[in-house]
Amino acid sequence: MSFSAQEFLAIDLPALLAATLATVSCALVGSFLVLRRQSLMGDAIAHAALPGIVIAFLIAGTRASPAMVLGAAAAGTLATVLIEALRRAARVESQASMGVVFSIMFAAGVLLLEQAAARNIDLDADCVLYGQLEDILWLAPDGFASLLDPSVWMAMPREVVTLAIVCAAVVALIALFYKELKITSFDPGLATTLGINSSAVHYGLMAATALVVVASFEAVGSILVIAMLICPAAAARMFTDRLPSQLFVSATLAALAAIAGYVLAGFGPIWLGAEHSLNAAGMIAVVGGALVGLAIVGSPRHGAIARTIRRRRLSLRIAREDLLGLLYRFEEATDRGEREVGPDQESALRLLVRLAPGASLKLARRAMQCCLRDGSLRLDGGRLVLTEAGRAEARRLVRSHRLWERYLVQELGQRPDHVHRTAMELEHITSPAMQQELAPGPEGPDRDPHDRPIPPGDPSETGKNT
Amino acid sequence: MMKPLHQVVSPRSLDELPEHSAASPLSIHDMTVAYRRKPVLWDIDYDAPDRSLIAIVGPNGAGKSTLIKACLGLIPMASGRVEIYGKPAKAQRGIVGYVPQRESVDWDFPVSALDVVCMGRYGRIGWMKPVSRLHRDAAMACLEKVGLTDLANRQISQLSGGQQQRVFLARALAQEAKLYFMDEPFAGVDASTEQAIVETLRELKAHGRTVICVHHDLHTVPEYFDHALLLNMRVVAAGPVGDVFTPENLQKTYGGRLTLLDQAAQALARAERGG
Repeated sequence: MSFSAQEFLAIDLPALLAATLATVSCALVGSFLVLRRQSLMGDAIAHAALPGIVIAFLIAGTRASPAMVLGAAAAGTLATVLIEALRRAARVESQASMGVVFSIMFAAGVLLLEQAAARNIDLDADCVLYGQLEDILWLAPDGFASLLDPSVWMAMPREVVTLAIVCAAVVALIALFYKELKITSFDPGLATTLGINSSAVHYGLMAATALVVVASFEAVGSILVIAMLICPAAAARMFTDRLPSQLFVSATLAALAAIAGYVLAGFGPIWLGAEHSLNAAGMIAVVGGALVGLAIVGSPRHGAIARTIRRRRLSLRIAREDLLGLLYRFEEATDRGEREVGPDQESALRLLVRLAPGASLKLARRAMQCCLRDGSLRLDGGRLVLTEAGRAEARRLVRSHRLWERYLVQELGQRPDHVHRTAMELEHITSPAMQQELAPGPEGPDRDPHDRPIPPGDPSETGKNT
Repeated sequence: MMKPLHQVVSPRSLDELPEHSAASPLSIHDMTVAYRRKPVLWDIDYDAPDRSLIAIVGPNGAGKSTLIKACLGLIPMASGRVEIYGKPAKAQRGIVGYVPQRESVDWDFPVSALDVVCMGRYGRIGWMKPVSRLHRDAAMACLEKVGLTDLANRQISQLSGGQQQRVFLARALAQEAKLYFMDEPFAGVDASTEQAIVETLRELKAHGRTVICVHHDLHTVPEYFDHALLLNMRVVAAGPVGDVFTPENLQKTYGGRLTLLDQAAQALARAERGG
């Protein structure tokens, strides 16, 4: 496939426009489906619309008719009503009733489609299921200069025009009913008490979904519509925590998927040395799926990489604090005269690995370097020694630890030999306010259940009430 | 941190309250509610006293939430009717506020605390209109009232349980209702939030509002509420807490299990001490 302006305008541009408008419409509607935990509803409507599409086609006799849009929208709405009715009547969960309704309606659609295909080859399973993106042609323009001629634009392929209208309608509807969509998605009960009819909004959204599905089916196919309803919206959920940004990011990802999918399908195989291009709709859906995968891995807040980094930081912090606590306990032993000196560096780290749950020698080393760098520890002839700042921090930690042990034994009645491990975890997440609550009374308890002294609180923090 | 209520709600809406309400804030006549034909509430008759804090108490499955939801029109009644200030409940939506159970919504939803409080104004704003500056400011004032000004732009999943409950309370204040239904507003909150909620309830009452709460903690009923409705699929007793919080009534309500009787005895002792 070589690039020429004529080819681009005739074949690629209308296909790209159709694909982008379809995926963006799907993503906007899909965002609300995903937020309302009704993603499967989009799936159901996409399947259930099929008989509507075929019946409308059989009546109107052409794919161009708006009757087809209406037929699909009617079938989609009928499906949502049937799903709700079946759920009530048959005492099944809504997923089951969705499954029953959409598979039966889809099956009916397939039977009707065979009838239609026997009479007219203009509508067949391939077209409905996989889309006809490559067949959308814009023959009017003759080079880029001709784009200035309005009549060229008037000759834009019907599919693109339909999709542009639907996309504009979806944007307008969301803008108009933004508030109502938001509240009925978040708290339908409150919405009803405020006089906002939740089920009217629900059916409106379902009708809009049906509209988008049928308008998109020619471009990306009725099955691949499902991927576009869910994938960009689900990927955007990983990046956003406001509704406007959810809508914006999902639409952007959808457009990205459409363009990248089309380009990869058309040129990817050729770059790889193959001769035939791939089905564009299929590739768009694959890119959509890849975006979800990337979002799950790479999202800065909710992604797997970010989570791993956070977990590593946390375990380093815990190991660092455990090391300080360990050295503090050694100091106590030295003060009691049980030991002459503190441990040397290596044995301190090995002890840390043995005592702290989940610590490795590597982690212990990093924790030690951390302490040496931030000035809470210093090296004194091969031995680790707490600095003043390190000792104060360690005292706070050991205080939390022993306060928790006392609390768990005295207040919650746990056995003294069971509480160490729990206190080991809790000491790292104890805020000054929690510490204050653990130590009620002006004096506070001064011994833990193992008869070890509870170090006094930081003077700057006592008396502070939260 | 706390701001007096009259600075939060507009003076006009306070004036709207009649000096002496002729009708009870909530009259339930012979209400029966059934799930799949099995009645969960039988022949409920209740008249709520005006300007009061009312606790609905009863064991799990007694139909406490169901009663509230039926009054709000969220679930259909098999029979009976509900009047709010003398008119059918449907006609009075503008003066009824609702705090649902905290777990009833998805806290991962991509909205800020302020967005949620603004929802309390939606009934006033009307269909298809955006939230105006004025309503946003009113919502902000309600957030300030519950001490969450600093967290207004925080996404709601980043709030603690107590803070989430305060957001719901602020949203209810933003509704500027006369009658409030709250479904377990004290469930799973920290001590300071509990105190903030109690203060807000008292202030609402001082401004002539009536609040009906589903409440679980029998100990605090005498301290927090004036009236109690003891419910176990039917009304066991209703009236001033001091009158209805008797061991016999509580035993009838809870079926006389020992631990609860124990709680009841303590609550009663406190009720007598506190008056």
